[in-house]
Amino acid sequence: MFKTIALSAALAIGLAPAAMAAGAAGHVEDFAFSFEGPFGTFDQNQLQRGLKIYTEVCAACHGMKQVPLRTLSAEDGPGMPEDQVRAYAAENFEVFDPELDDFRPATPTDHFPASGMENAPDLSLMAKARAGFHGPYGLGINQMFKGMGGPEYIASLLTGYTGEEKQEAGAILYENKAFPGGWIGMAPPLYDEAVEFADGHANDIHHMAEDVSAFLMWTAEPKLMARKQAGFVGVLFLTLLSVLLYLTNKRIWAPVKGKKSA
Amino acid sequence: MAGIPHDHYEPKTGGEKWLHSRLPIVGLMYDTIMIPTPKNLNWMWIWGIVLTFCLALQIVTGIVLVMHYTPHVDLAFASVEHIMRNVNGGYMLRYLHMNGASLFFVAVYAHIFRGLYYGSYKAPREITWIIGMLIYLLMMGTAFMGYVLPWGQMSFWGATVITGLFGAIPFIGEALQTWLLGGPAVDNATLTRFFSLHYLLPFVIAGLVIVHIWAFHTTGNNNPTGVEVRRGSKEEAAKDTLPFWPYFVIKDLFALAVILAVFWAIVGFMPNYLGHPDNYIEANPLATPAHIVPEWYFLPFYAILRAFTDEVWVVQIASFVTGGIIDAKFFGVLAMFGAIAVMALAPWLDTSSVRSGRYRPMFKWWFALLVVDFFVLMWVGAMPAEEPYNTISLIASAYWFAYFLVILPLLGVIEKPDPQPATIEEDFDAHYGKPDAGKGAPVATPAE
Repeated sequence: MFKTIALSAALAIGLAPAAMAAGAAGHVEDFAFSFEGPFGTFDQNQLQRGLKIYTEVCAACHGMKQVPLRTLSAEDGPGMPEDQVRAYAAENFEVFDPELDDFRPATPTDHFPASGMENAPDLSLMAKARAGFHGPYGLGINQMFKGMGGPEYIASLLTGYTGEEKQEAGAILYENKAFPGGWIGMAPPLYDEAVEFADGHANDIHHMAEDVSAFLMWTAEPKLMARKQAGFVGVLFLTLLSVLLYLTNKRIWAPVKGKKSA
Repeated sequence: MAGIPHDHYEPKTGGEKWLHSRLPIVGLMYDTIMIPTPKNLNWMWIWGIVLTFCLALQIVTGIVLVMHYTPHVDLAFASVEHIMRNVNGGYMLRYLHMNGASLFFVAVYAHIFRGLYYGSYKAPREITWIIGMLIYLLMMGTAFMGYVLPWGQMSFWGATVITGLFGAIPFIGEALQTWLLGGPAVDNATLTRFFSLHYLLPFVIAGLVIVHIWAFHTTGNNNPTGVEVRRGSKEEAAKDTLPFWPYFVIKDLFALAVILAVFWAIVGFMPNYLGHPDNYIEANPLATPAHIVPEWYFLPFYAILRAFTDEVWVVQIASFVTGGIIDAKFFGVLAMFGAIAVMALAPWLDTSSVRSGRYRPMFKWWFALLVVDFFVLMWVGAMPAEEPYNTISLIASAYWFAYFLVILPLLGVIEKPDPQPATIEEDFDAHYGKPDAGKGAPVATPAE
């Protein structure tokens, strides 16, 4: 009987994300990102390309107020040299300085600016604030194997426009296969060759959607690689400790227990 | 400690005697750690240690998190991001605390269902059971308030929905809700008081845990047979028991290490799996999320809360009899708290003279159904409030109440229990053979 309960306890973990099952979700494709799985890591070149796409396309409307500019030089992030980060901050962003009572060029210690447009959501945490995968039947099994699907959702959304438009209450809505409900207020932001890369990397819409989604995963979870490493080391040591305790336990109980009767 | 006869601490050196005559603290620790424990305890008796560990983990990580967190509606969300990005190891602290709550509830549900199956709630352990239920209620309150602190969308709207329950209480509801929130709606005053209580309650829980342990150290542990330890003499008791240290400490630590390996894998590789993505959106009182869902550990009782709508005849009768004072919303609130109340009353609702479910052929099946029912409620609690989920949650809620209010009292009368072993020693030897069979000797025939 207690096996039933133990099994049930294990099931409880599987059942949990049933919470996200509800709602008519759009179609989200399963992209193969480099940071997936227990040993996944960020691809530094991809993050830098993603930053370029963010800066030239997304940043027109969307902010990232939780992300400090200095973290662009993080080793397990985009890994840009510090002087480049300084130049990038000064060239691209202005911040209001209450001491000067005026705007000044941004420095690495500032954060990315907040969204300039009121209905453009902040992108700092977008890759964790959306779930691309659900179910089946509210059981959360897909998320256990495919991941939550935040970056996949963003990439699917960016490539999910069908080209259809409609006017509703004075606003233009665009049909999008990935967006819940199917109609989104954001005009298609990406098109082929929207951004040029210095190294001539492929810049069709699919590659760019993937690059910027990977970058947004980094902004949402900048410590992803350190966390996975801590996870791996911890599991390793706890497994070792389990084995030692198992042997200790067996040894202690041996004189008390006879031979198994069965 | 009263109860099972065993060797007590004897101060030997002069210094020990000096201290013992003034403060018998070493004796207290000795008796606690060396308590005679039924030697046939199975792997479902490890959850107590896991729970103690969880409480310590939550307090330790929580105290450090508080050093970096700011309880203010304008700053709370950003301060959590500060912890995730700037504080050394902050992401681990926060993910451990977040998932630690889930581990805490996995363990407490396993612990409670263990008690329900093996009849640990029955005389003379009613006080242990009631204290346990109080701890569980406080855990729910603490977890709920903790979830509000990051000030994400689910924090805010969860707080709005749950505090709204108090508004359903007739006559005083609205005033009570305003008093709890510190204003007409969830706002800064709510956040600061939840923060204060979220820090306080774990220490109240720690106090109750000591009372919980004190209570079952007085009665002695239950065990899978439900048969009591023989207490005629020290020698007799020693045949049924082993000291807690080292036998059960090492066994429990082994189980804890295995569980922590799994827990650590979740924290390291999928820390947001058990959370809701909406909580990574800062709270916005003007935008209601499409589906407001509590954390997984509240889902079974959330399902019971939502199950009783206007269309249910029990609700209609209650409303008619009370002249409309009990409406569907208040009925749901009563049902939710009632579901825990009937569980707390199990010691008096269970009429069977047999303690352990192992020797109750009919009870086993009803209990298995209760476990299934619990998971159905958990699943349906996360589903939208529409058909067929409404009917499923109503049936599942009805079974929850029927189990405690009808099945437990009736089974004791109609069930014919299986024979129980006379002693714990007999049960233990039936499983493992007599130890004096010796190493390499032929397998001893167990004494049946």
